Amino acid sequence: MTLLIKYTLIYGIVLMLVALGACFSEHSGIINIAMEGIMVIGGVFGLLVLVMLPAGTSSFMKVLISICTAAAAGVVYSALLAFASINLKADQTIGGTALNLLATALALVLVKRYNNTMSGGTGTQSPKLSFVNSDFIFNIGPITVNVFLFVGLALLVIAIVVLYRTRFGMRLMACGEHPQAADSVGINVYRMRWCGVLISGFLGGIGGLAYIVPAVQVWNFESGVTGMGFLAIAVMIFGQWKPGRIFLAAMFFAVFKALANIYDSTFLTALNLTKEVYNMMPFIASMIILAFTSKNSRAPKAEGVPYDKGQR
Amino acid sequence: MKKKNQSPLLERSMGGLTSVIAALICIVVGLVLGLLFLLILDAQHAWKDGFVPIIQAGFRNVGNETLAKVGMNWMTVGQEIVEAAPLIMCGLSVAFAFKTGLFNIGAAGQYTLGAFGGMYSAIILHLPWWACLLVATLFGALWGAIPGLFKAFLNINEVITSIMFNWIGLYAVNTIIYGRGSGAMFNLKKAETYAIKEVSPQSVIPSKIFGWDMFQTFKYGSISIAIFLAILVAIVILIVLNKTTFGYELKACGSNAQAAKYAGINEKRSIVLSMVIAGALAGFGAGLYYLAGGAQWNPQDSTVLPSAGFDGISVALLASLNPIGCIFSGLFISHLSTGGAQMTQVYFPGEIADVVSGIIIYLCAFSSLFKGKVMGWLKGGKKAKEGQAQ
Repeated sequence: MTLLIKYTLIYGIVLMLVALGACFSEHSGIINIAMEGIMVIGGVFGLLVLVMLPAGTSSFMKVLISICTAAAAGVVYSALLAFASINLKADQTIGGTALNLLATALALVLVKRYNNTMSGGTGTQSPKLSFVNSDFIFNIGPITVNVFLFVGLALLVIAIVVLYRTRFGMRLMACGEHPQAADSVGINVYRMRWCGVLISGFLGGIGGLAYIVPAVQVWNFESGVTGMGFLAIAVMIFGQWKPGRIFLAAMFFAVFKALANIYDSTFLTALNLTKEVYNMMPFIASMIILAFTSKNSRAPKAEGVPYDKGQR
Repeated sequence: MKKKNQSPLLERSMGGLTSVIAALICIVVGLVLGLLFLLILDAQHAWKDGFVPIIQAGFRNVGNETLAKVGMNWMTVGQEIVEAAPLIMCGLSVAFAFKTGLFNIGAAGQYTLGAFGGMYSAIILHLPWWACLLVATLFGALWGAIPGLFKAFLNINEVITSIMFNWIGLYAVNTIIYGRGSGAMFNLKKAETYAIKEVSPQSVIPSKIFGWDMFQTFKYGSISIAIFLAILVAIVILIVLNKTTFGYELKACGSNAQAAKYAGINEKRSIVLSMVIAGALAGFGAGLYYLAGGAQWNPQDSTVLPSAGFDGISVALLASLNPIGCIFSGLFISHLSTGGAQMTQVYFPGEIADVVSGIIIYLCAFSSLFKGKVMGWLKGGKKAKEGQAQ
């Protein structure tokens, strides 16, 4: 049971962070399907910095520096999406897909390159990166938690306040609902959309690191982040683009995701199902839920439509 | 000066020309950025061990005399051709769906299911190759139908559904093939599916066409007539989209579902049919690849979706969604990834080719921007010439 709670918390926070990121982007009017790629980039840069930090660095600094790097990498990478979809008015889905493909390739090149250098240039081409995650996790009673739990909860509160209690949040949402109206009262739609996408990069980057670090000690970048970015988008839709509901939806999906990690140590082994079946579950669950909730979708009205100042 | 009555044929060919120019611009810029990336990674070896092999790719060994003596110098070219066939098909799948207003990012899942169908009918049922291809196509079509149904009847974005079903399909296929190590298709000794060539020779796509044995020319193990089948399908798709009522209805739904409905087209049926056809194309591509005899499925690599499905997006976009263009862009993407493997791997991992193709699609996303510019430039040039003539 404690294991189930541990993994649910890990995955729940990841899904929540990434879904919150996607939510900011969509509220500003940009569909960010590149969350998967942003997670990969955040994860790979965060990890590379973590393994390259000098041995004497204190654990607090290690955690802080790697998280900041992941967030910064996510922001920089998301800027590519913002530039293409806001300034060049490119198709947001295609641009996002390109970034997803590019992210996995980039991560593989960097990790293989790093492994090759570490082994003295012998041509070792391992896509796996090993790291030590002990600085990130600690125990509270019987339950193992990681720093991302606190980071995530803090960011959730900040997200709710920013989105609903500040002028910035209101303006951001206006740009996703009716950009022409927003522009007419003097809001710079382009700048707001840039902010929305960059925030999604920030949260997605942290989410990528939060997915990889706490659960394992070695990560194979061939699989990117195994579809978590896309699951997070389903979480966001299920959460109706509202941070509070997104948190609940993320926890709900995380239970399914966690089952794949722990099924063999619980009563579920009696069901005699393979690991793949459990891996499938969050995806099947999300499809069933989407099928029931899509009718009353509260998506931002102008999402996916490039804003053109001259258009009426 | 103002001549409005340009012939439609000229107009259309100019549209085609702009698309080709735009694609070439994307490729050149992508390659230049790729070179820059190589220079950043390792400036010393970037040109000779990195960039040149990517460009030469499969043709690197053609002039190699030692290999020429044993007739093996065209082998890597054969490899490029073999790998181009599934890419062309996935490109057609994405392009077809796109023409009808749908983004089929699920080609990877449909490809996975197609591979499963093809291998099952070959390894277990020992069907002849054409029947195996048909089964592969059917499995792909089935997996394509699901996002279509979700879109048509529940109004769920096909992008999300196809991505979810990519993963569901991958895990399902893996668990069935592996079957805890005792799956009927699983060769425990090699940790992959049984080689179709050994267990069911009649299921392998032949390499002889009109008396020409392609194997004799290329000496590449899994070379087959697959590439010609892919080209044939591309032509059929071109005709269906541009010359039939059915294709017109599908395209009409893509450009404006409401208007299509008003015109008496059943838009729900059209959405589902488009996705079924797109899925069938991807499944057929998987059949072409796995029934060629060179590739086996490894169900324990269970976290990686086949890359052909995603490369299909690059193929389609690079071709500006033109079915015939897909043939060329498919060959090009295959050329690029073969080139990635030809680089000196001590300095550069082969994935750099994927980085280059990723950059190319990113550029394709806003290629319409400079397509307009190229169009204007072409027309401007023509006008100037006309002016001179007068």
